Amino acid sequence: MSECNVDDAASNEAWVPFKDRPEWRDLKPIPQDDGPDPVVQIAYSEQFREVYDYFRAIIAADEKSERALSLTKEAAELNPANYSVWNYRRNILQELNKDLKEELKYISQVIEDNPKNYQVWHHRRVIVEWLEDVTDELKFTEKILKEDAKNYHAWQHRQWCIQQFSLWDQELDYVDRLLKEDLRNNSAWNQRHFIIKNTTGYTDEIIKKELKYSQDFIRKAPNNESAWNYMKGVLQERKLFDFPGVLEFCHELYSKQIRSPFLIACMIDCYEEMLELGKPKKEETLQKATQLCNELAEEHDTLRREYWQYIARSLASKYGADVSGDS
Amino acid sequence: MADTSRFRCLSPLFQSLLFKDDDCPTNTSIEQKAVEESVLKCYRTFRSSLDIYPDMPFLDREMHTDFLTKGLQTLSSSYECLDSSRPWLCYWILHSLELLEVIIPEERALAIANFLGKCQDPEGGFGGGPMQFPHLAPTYAAVNALCILANVTNKVFDVINREKLYNYLMRMKTKEGAFKMHDGGEVDIRGVYCAVSVARLTNILTKELSDGVADFITRCQTYEGGFSGYPGLEAHGGYTFCGIAALVLLNHTERCDLRSLLRWTANRQTQLEGGFQGRTNKLVDGCYSFWQGATFPIVHMIMCTDDDDQNLSAERWMFHQEALQEYILICCQHSHGGLIDKPGKARDHYHTCYCLSGLSVAQHFIGGSLSNEIIIGNPQNRLRPVQPVYNLSLDSVMMAQKYFGSLKLPSGAANKC
Ligand SMILES: [Zn+2]
Repeated sequence: MSECNVDDAASNEAWVPFKDRPEWRDLKPIPQDDGPDPVVQIAYSEQFREVYDYFRAIIAADEKSERALSLTKEAAELNPANYSVWNYRRNILQELNKDLKEELKYISQVIEDNPKNYQVWHHRRVIVEWLEDVTDELKFTEKILKEDAKNYHAWQHRQWCIQQFSLWDQELDYVDRLLKEDLRNNSAWNQRHFIIKNTTGYTDEIIKKELKYSQDFIRKAPNNESAWNYMKGVLQERKLFDFPGVLEFCHELYSKQIRSPFLIACMIDCYEEMLELGKPKKEETLQKATQLCNELAEEHDTLRREYWQYIARSLASKYGADVSGDS
Repeated sequence: MADTSRFRCLSPLFQSLLFKDDDCPTNTSIEQKAVEESVLKCYRTFRSSLDIYPDMPFLDREMHTDFLTKGLQTLSSSYECLDSSRPWLCYWILHSLELLEVIIPEERALAIANFLGKCQDPEGGFGGGPMQFPHLAPTYAAVNALCILANVTNKVFDVINREKLYNYLMRMKTKEGAFKMHDGGEVDIRGVYCAVSVARLTNILTKELSDGVADFITRCQTYEGGFSGYPGLEAHGGYTFCGIAALVLLNHTERCDLRSLLRWTANRQTQLEGGFQGRTNKLVDGCYSFWQGATFPIVHMIMCTDDDDQNLSAERWMFHQEALQEYILICCQHSHGGLIDKPGKARDHYHTCYCLSGLSVAQHFIGGSLSNEIIIGNPQNRLRPVQPVYNLSLDSVMMAQKYFGSLKLPSGAANKC
């Protein structure tokens, strides 16, 4: 939530002090009022102080002019997280009927310099909304995601554009490309879920396809949690058991001596579901499930011992006569 | 030779916990391995210093307090990027200090309250600094900071204009049951948590304010089990905390799939490092010690009232409390005071606050009438326990309840929820 590096303060060499700007002479700057006994007081640079003194004056005068617009640019550059500046800039853009395509170009540069900032992405979104033009958006977010494939703001903007302007068609191909580059990119898996849920939905046919898709990735890297989570997400509204392939798939990996905690957890989930549905051989199933919980707790996932012991106890108390999940 | 068996990070099989890339290296696994290297280095250094200082690891209270109290007065120009988060700076510092049990002198407390008053908008809510537009995040930070200061003198509560605050919150509310962060601002689950939390603390959570909000939160729970910032996005530690804490405040925890939330959150503790990551396959970060860590007491509290009760532990949360303490104490203390994200990162007040808050959660099990302390290292590492839903000390929450509990709802707000 706090994305700013307090170690590198930007400095701008070409900055002109306001006393050397005749066009500002008519406006009286308003200093910040921190009260008589200031706290968390930032030692502002001269530039920062002056720019914001004038910014306050502009707001007080409700001035929406070219010079005010360029002042917001200066202020935003000094602190791109100042939402008041961006908000006021939007008011000016509207009032002066500015070319929004130009604004989009400008904000692209700002986002590239500050890709993890809430305000700059929100500004972009509002501009796109006003323009009702989404031509550059997919390309732009791809550019950002190329630098950081998990940038949350970029994904958020992308999802909004896709939803708002119905850009669903090519998205699965993009996700596929990203997963081929990095099968651990959880944001890409999430995007896959988002796209399918909002287009075809998880029909029987799609489920079969997606099971195979995720299982192929799991075979390549059984310790990759993202693919396991996606596979379970595919079956979320259904029962794991409606698709008997799942438990068999797990058994196949288990018999190859794979002991990924995510594999064992998935087997436990299958058994739990069998118990819930009242399938035959209840005691045997419960025993298998609690046995696997203990394997995780004692050997393959000892970090989560408390959790797995709890799962074992709660399965035993729910489905067994004897409450001894805790060994 | 010091006794190393007490520490998970020094156990003989520790190396077996290294990330398994299944002979399929990708960007994610390469970055993960680099972090594990730097964390292992910290743990090795710790092992060698243990022979000289057997009560390690040691929370350097003095240095952290120094870093914090300095920041409360003045900050260098490199903090210009936080010029719209000054109430946050107050809260991060004050909460860290309350966890460290550092007492604030009365005149200082009044000065801070006075400054926060300067950040309050005449139309309600608090901005990121004096004369900035009101914003839900600094509003949350300001109200929380005032609750802490109320332990010194509850005069500080006079700062809050409750009626206007209520109008502001109502003005931010959207049709889908969420909240804009500010006029013309973005909508996400942070806004929901901030709005509901301040409304609860100041006793203005009416039916019209809370109507439909739980619906929005529910839409944010993802197929992984955690919550996202907005429906459709990826499960994330900060947003997950916001989601589940807000459901508790709204008395709508039945709207959450607790089992999948618990599974996802439990899986966020990282095998080797012992800290928490924010999302699946992302890197460990000290601040998630709180965002993820606090979800365990919250889930425990919810389950306590269910019939699952007798299966819950009476001694521990469902994460590895020792491992988290080791990560924070050994890998996240900056050599000049303050705490950090991970080894090699710069210190800041945000990470100091949330590392310490997470450390406190890991030290104190409090389940109803049961309690259990697990303090790694020097016994003086003990911090004050936190109320996880607000991330305030229990006393600070009580100050607010005592003061605002008897006040009437703002006029125009008919029924209480
Ligand atoms: Zn962090």
